Parts: sequence; structure tokens; C-alpha cells
Amino acid sequence: MSAETRDIIGLLAGIAPGSSLEAIRERRSQARENAQKSYLALFEPTDFETFGATERHAAAAFVAGVHGEPEVANFYLAGLAKSVDGPALVEALKAEIERGKTSGPYGAFPPGPLSVEDKIGLIYRVAEARKATLGARLAAALEHAHLLVFRPRDATAADLQVLLDAGWPTTAIVTLSQLIAFLAFQVRAVAGLRALGASLAPGKSRG
Amino acid sequence: MDDSIVIQTSENQPVAFTQDELGWLPWLHPLPEAELTERHWAGLVDRSRSKSAYFRLLVRDPEVLEARTKTDKDIFYNTANGLPRAERELAAAATSRTNGCIYCASVHSRFATVHSRRSEDVQRLLDEGVGADLGARWNAVVRASVALTATPIAFGQQNIEELRRAGLDDAEIVDVIDSAAFFNWANRLMLSLGEPTTKVGA
Repeated sequence: MSAETRDIIGLLAGIAPGSSLEAIRERRSQARENAQKSYLALFEPTDFETFGATERHAAAAFVAGVHGEPEVANFYLAGLAKSVDGPALVEALKAEIERGKTSGPYGAFPPGPLSVEDKIGLIYRVAEARKATLGARLAAALEHAHLLVFRPRDATAADLQVLLDAGWPTTAIVTLSQLIAFLAFQVRAVAGLRALGASLAPGKSRG
Repeated sequence: MDDSIVIQTSENQPVAFTQDELGWLPWLHPLPEAELTERHWAGLVDRSRSKSAYFRLLVRDPEVLEARTKTDKDIFYNTANGLPRAERELAAAATSRTNGCIYCASVHSRFATVHSRRSEDVQRLLDEGVGADLGARWNAVVRASVALTATPIAFGQQNIEELRRAGLDDAEIVDVIDSAAFFNWANRLMLSLGEPTTKVGA
């Protein structure tokens, strides 16, 4: 991969070209290339269908932001700012990210022996004052994203009905779900590789 | 037409983690096999996956599914270098146990057992949870996976040092990171697009 086509995970994790970590990643070149293709299929698809670039970047920025991963969130916010109606959304999203931050995973198991492990936590809803800016469709997507990030075991068919009612067709719900879940992967790959890279930096103790 | 949810009766919903084989029922309409085009077949990667409701639902976005599937396969099946398959499956099972994905945990705990022949230890992970004492090496893999699964992400130098003390080299640590990170993707799809059932073949 040339510098121009560096994969986003490597870029955000700060992996230096020519480093030992880059060489290790080369051994899983299919995983690296297909993680990058996943990113491209989600954010630069040949056909956006009913799920536009603005909504895609907004949802991704929110997922990264509520994870407490500002570098990744800023990457998607920068992408959002490039879209036609993106700039107006950036401030509203930043405010919603702060409102949505909490610690997970939590949620309920099916009633039974696992119920002792049930944990309650924030049920996030977009602030009424920001619904006009974000729109009902994006607001529903952000609420769904928060559900999937922090309490995926709480998800039910009714949550998909909420998305359908907010104007998300079935195929767009599949893409939205993939986007949220992909971001949950991407922020962890970035954070994990960044930590490993830091431990390999010159002058660092190998513990 | 297709834009409605599918109500499952939930009669056979598992209520505990298990290594037994489970089925999975979708809450949205998968594409019927007869409607699959060449673009969809490419997205499925393996033609046999058209028998699965889960993959026929995800194939509504074939390009994303194709890339996701190929990422999955390299992280878990490419054992030419790096972490033994059993420990990649352990990372997937520990991640699924943490997020609460009974279906994913069933598949990957079964694989962990097949590749490690440590069925009892794997079962203790399912029964007792991620705090079960499975020996230094497995404990390190489980703790790293749990830390990476937490939001905000809690994985850090302490995990890396514990993995190194347990004998993992840097390439093996990358495999732990990839395996746990990938199941944070898989768990969220399985948990939010349908439900597990004890009825096999569903």
C-alpha cells in the first residue's frame, strides 16, 4: 500500500511506515485490506442508495465520539464537514456525543439465570432541542447507535420498528447496523494497535 | 413490501450461555434465495452461506458483507503465523460473553473447545463469566479481550505486559486485538438483527 492509500486503521493508530508493527500487520494483509474495503464500502460506496454520505459520517462520528475516541471522531467529523449540509450538524453532534458518553456494556439478559448479571445504565435519547437540526431520521439512527454501542444485549425487534417508522428502509437498516458495528471494531483495532505501538516506541520499557 | 419487522415467537430462546449448537432467527426480511443476483453471490463469498438467514439479511449490502467476511476469515483462519486458533476463538468467546451475545458465544466457545480440547475451562468461562481462572495464558487473553470490549476502551500497557509475560509475542498480541475487535462488530449484528433459538437448523 502506498502512502496515499494507507489504510485508515493504520493511519489513525499512528503506525509508522517501515515500523515493526507495520511488518506484523503485513502478515494479515487480507484482514488489513478488507477492513479498508469495509470502510470504503460504507463511506465511499458506488451507490449510496437511501443512506447518504452526510448521515453515514454523522453516525460514525457519534459512535467514535461516545466511545471516547476523539481522533477517530474528528476524522469522521472532518468528512461530515465536507458534505453539503454537514457543517450545520457538527456542533449538534458534538453536543450529543457529550450527552451520550457513559460506560458499557450494560443491559439485560433474557429472564433466567443470567438476570443476576443485568446492569442498568443510560437510555440515551437525542435532546428535544436538537431534533430539528438533526432531523427525525438521523436522531433515530443516533439513538440506535447508542443502543448498539453500550447495551447491544437490550436490542429488540421493536428497536428496528422505530427505525422503519423514522424512514429507514430494511436495506438501509442493514447498512446502518453494519456501519455502527464496523465502527465498534475500527475504534478497538485503532486503540489496540496504538497501545501496542506505544509499547514498542524507542525508549519504552518492555516491562 | 419487505419493510416490516418479523415477529419471532421466542418459545425456544436460550437463557444461558452454552456450547450447544443454536439457531438464529432474523427480525428483518432476508433476501429470498431466488432473488440473489451475481452481486449478491459475490457478497456471500461462500455460496453455501445462501442457506443462512443471517447472511441473506446482511447480503442486502453485498459490498460491506464481502469485505467483512474476508476480514473475518483472515483474522480467524490464517494461522500461518501468530496466535493459535484456539486462543483467537477464546478471545471471540470472551468478547461475546462480555457483550452478552449468547449465539456468538455458543459458536466460538465450541470452536475454542475443538481447537484446545479444554471443554471444561471453556465452560467455566461461560458459566462463571470472564473472571474465571483459566491459567495465566488464557487469563491474559480473556482480560485483554474484556478490556478491549469495554466502552470507553480499557485496553492498555497493563494488558500488553500481561500478554507478554504469558509468552505472547507482538504478532500474537495483534491477533488478540484483531479477534476481540472483530467480535465487537459481529456481536452487535447478531444481537440487534435477530435472536438465538435452541431449535437447531433455524
